[in-house]
Amino acid sequence: MSGQIRRPEEIASGGGVREFRTDVLVLGGGPAGTWAAISAAQRGASVILADKGFCGTSGATAPSGTGVWYVQPDPAKREAAMASRELLGGYLQDRRWMARTLNQTFENVDQLARWGYPFHDDGVGFQRYGSVMGPEYMRLMRKRTKQAGVKILDHSPALELLQDEDGAVVGASGLFQQAGERWNVHAGAVILATGGCAFLSKALGCNVLTGDGLLMGAEVGAELSGMEFSNAYAMSLAEGSVTKTRFYDFAEFTDANGDPIPGAQSKGGRSVIARWLMSGPVYASLINVDPETQQAMRRAQPNFFLPLDRSGINPFTDRFSVTLRLEGTVRGTGGLRLVDESCATSVEGLYAAGDAATRELICGAFTGGGSHNAAWAMSSGYWAGAGAASYARTRRVLAQPSKVIRAGKAALIEQSQRGYDPLAVTQAVQDEVFPYDRNYFRSELGLKHSLERLDRLWRKVESADKASVLHVAQSRQAAAMVATARWMYRSALERDESRGMARRVDRPQQDPGPRYYVRSGGLSEVWTRRDLQQPEARVLEAAE
Amino acid sequence: MIEVIDKERCTGCNICVHACPTNVFDTTADIPVIARQGDCQTCYMCEAWCPEDALYVAPNADKAVSVDLAALKAGDVIGSYRRAIGWS
Repeated sequence: MSGQIRRPEEIASGGGVREFRTDVLVLGGGPAGTWAAISAAQRGASVILADKGFCGTSGATAPSGTGVWYVQPDPAKREAAMASRELLGGYLQDRRWMARTLNQTFENVDQLARWGYPFHDDGVGFQRYGSVMGPEYMRLMRKRTKQAGVKILDHSPALELLQDEDGAVVGASGLFQQAGERWNVHAGAVILATGGCAFLSKALGCNVLTGDGLLMGAEVGAELSGMEFSNAYAMSLAEGSVTKTRFYDFAEFTDANGDPIPGAQSKGGRSVIARWLMSGPVYASLINVDPETQQAMRRAQPNFFLPLDRSGINPFTDRFSVTLRLEGTVRGTGGLRLVDESCATSVEGLYAAGDAATRELICGAFTGGGSHNAAWAMSSGYWAGAGAASYARTRRVLAQPSKVIRAGKAALIEQSQRGYDPLAVTQAVQDEVFPYDRNYFRSELGLKHSLERLDRLWRKVESADKASVLHVAQSRQAAAMVATARWMYRSALERDESRGMARRVDRPQQDPGPRYYVRSGGLSEVWTRRDLQQPEARVLEAAE
Repeated sequence: MIEVIDKERCTGCNICVHACPTNVFDTTADIPVIARQGDCQTCYMCEAWCPEDALYVAPNADKAVSVDLAALKAGDVIGSYRRAIGWS
C-alpha cells in the first residue's frame, strides 16, 4: 500500500470508555469482514474492524477447509455453474448476482494467490485452485487487513448501533471483553459482517455466530429476507464438533445392530438420518475408499480426521456414532436484506456482507456446502467495503450530528423488571430450534407452538433491566438468538409451501404459483411480508 | 474441549489468550489458565496457533474428559493438528 493510508483516530478515553472516529466500521472479522475492511481501505477510507473474538480464528471458516465457487471465465462453464444450482435453490436465485459473484470471486482468488496463499493441486481433486484451508486463509486475511492500515479490535463485541437524528447509522458501541472497558466508534458507515446464527450448537467455529448483527440491524429497522431458510444441520462425530460433511458422501449409515438404514445418505438422505436419530443412534463408516484416496482426504481436510484419530476411530474400517448439529442460518441462506449492488441494507449508512446478509441472491432456498458461502463472503465483503467507503466520503462533508442515539434495547436499558439469566434464555431458545421434530420437520402447528413460547421469552427479554458489564455480551447474544428464532419461524409460517431447505411436513409441495421472497423484521412485533420475485431476476425453469 | 496447558512447554507468550475466539483463557502472573472451559467450542484454533505445542483439545465438544498428558506427549498427539496443517 502507499503511504497515503487514512487512519482511524482515538478521540477520547477515560472513565472506562474509549472513543474512536473512522470512515468505515466493520463488525466481524471473518472472510466477509476482512475483505470488506481491505476493500474500504483500498478506496482511501480509514477503517476499524471489531471482532467479538479474534480476527483470524473467529467464525466458521478459520477452523475449516472450504471449497470456493471458483469458475473460469468461460461462458459455458459459468452458465453451467449457475444453472446447476437453480433447481436445488427453488429458483429463488438472481442471475445478475450469481454472475457478478462468479466474476468477483475469480478476481479475489487471484488476489489471494498474488498475496501468497499456497494454492496447490494434489491431483486427486480434493485440493485445487479455489479451495482454501481455513487456518491459512484467515491468518493471511488478518495480515493483509493490518497491512491495509485497518485498526483491528479483537475480543471487542459490538453491543449496539449508533444513529443520528435522521435515523442514519453513524457508528456502534461495544465492549473490550478482556479489559472490561467500553468502546464507541463514530463512523461514516457501518458494515455488519457478523455471520449467521447457529445457536451455540458447537458446529465447527460457529459459537461466535449468534445473530448479533441481525439483532443490531433490526433495532435500527433493517429488513431481513429468507429467514425460513435456516434449518441446516451438519453431521459430526456424535460428541465432536467437526461438522465437515463432504466426506460423509462416502459413508454407509447403519443402526445399532449394524444393519444399513434404508435411504440414509449425507446428501439427499439426511432427513432419514435425522428421523432415525430421534429414536436411536446412527453409525457411519466410510466404505470402499482406496488407500491413495484416503491419504488425499487426509491432506485435504485434516480436521475431519482430528477428532476421529483422537478418539481411536479408523473411519475407513470402524463404525462410529454420528449426530446432526444445527448450523441454522450459517449454512442456511437467510439474513439482512440487501437493497442494491453496494450491499446496502434498507437503513441508511448500514451495509451487510457474508452470512449476515441474505444469500438467496446466489443460492436461493438451499445451500448444501461452504463453497457458495465462501464465494459470497469474499464478493459481498468486497462490494460492501467499496460501497461503505464511498458513502462515508459523502458523510465527511456533513456536519457532525448534534445528537447520537443509542439504538440498542434488550439488556442495554434501565427497566423495572429484573435482568434475565442469559444461560437460561439460551437454553430455552435451543429447546425450540435444536430438536429435529421442531426445526428440521416443521409444521404449522409446531411452529405456532414454538412461537408462543418464543414470543413469551422475548417479552421477558425486552422488559428486563440492563445487564452488568460482566453479563452484557452474553445477554445480548441470548437476545439475538431469541429474535432470530422468531424471524425464522414466522418466516417459515409465511412460506406456505416447501421450497429448498424450508420444508414443511404439512405442505410438502412446492407452490407452482409466482415465486416470492419472505421479508421479515421487527422485535416487539415480528412482521413478515411477501415480495414477488422481479421478472429480470427470474431464472428459467425450462432450462432444467 | 480444551483440557490441558502443558506447564513444561508453555512459555507464557499468551498467544492462546488472544487467539481463542471464545475467550476461554485468562492471563495470570505466570502462564495462562483455562478460565472458562465451558465456553470452548472445540475449534482447535488455540492448538494451531500455539508455537510450543503446549495445548491439547480433546475431541469431546460436549463435556470435559480426563486426559493423560504424559501419554499424549509420548504418542506425539499434542501438536498433531499443527503438523497436519503444515504449521510446524
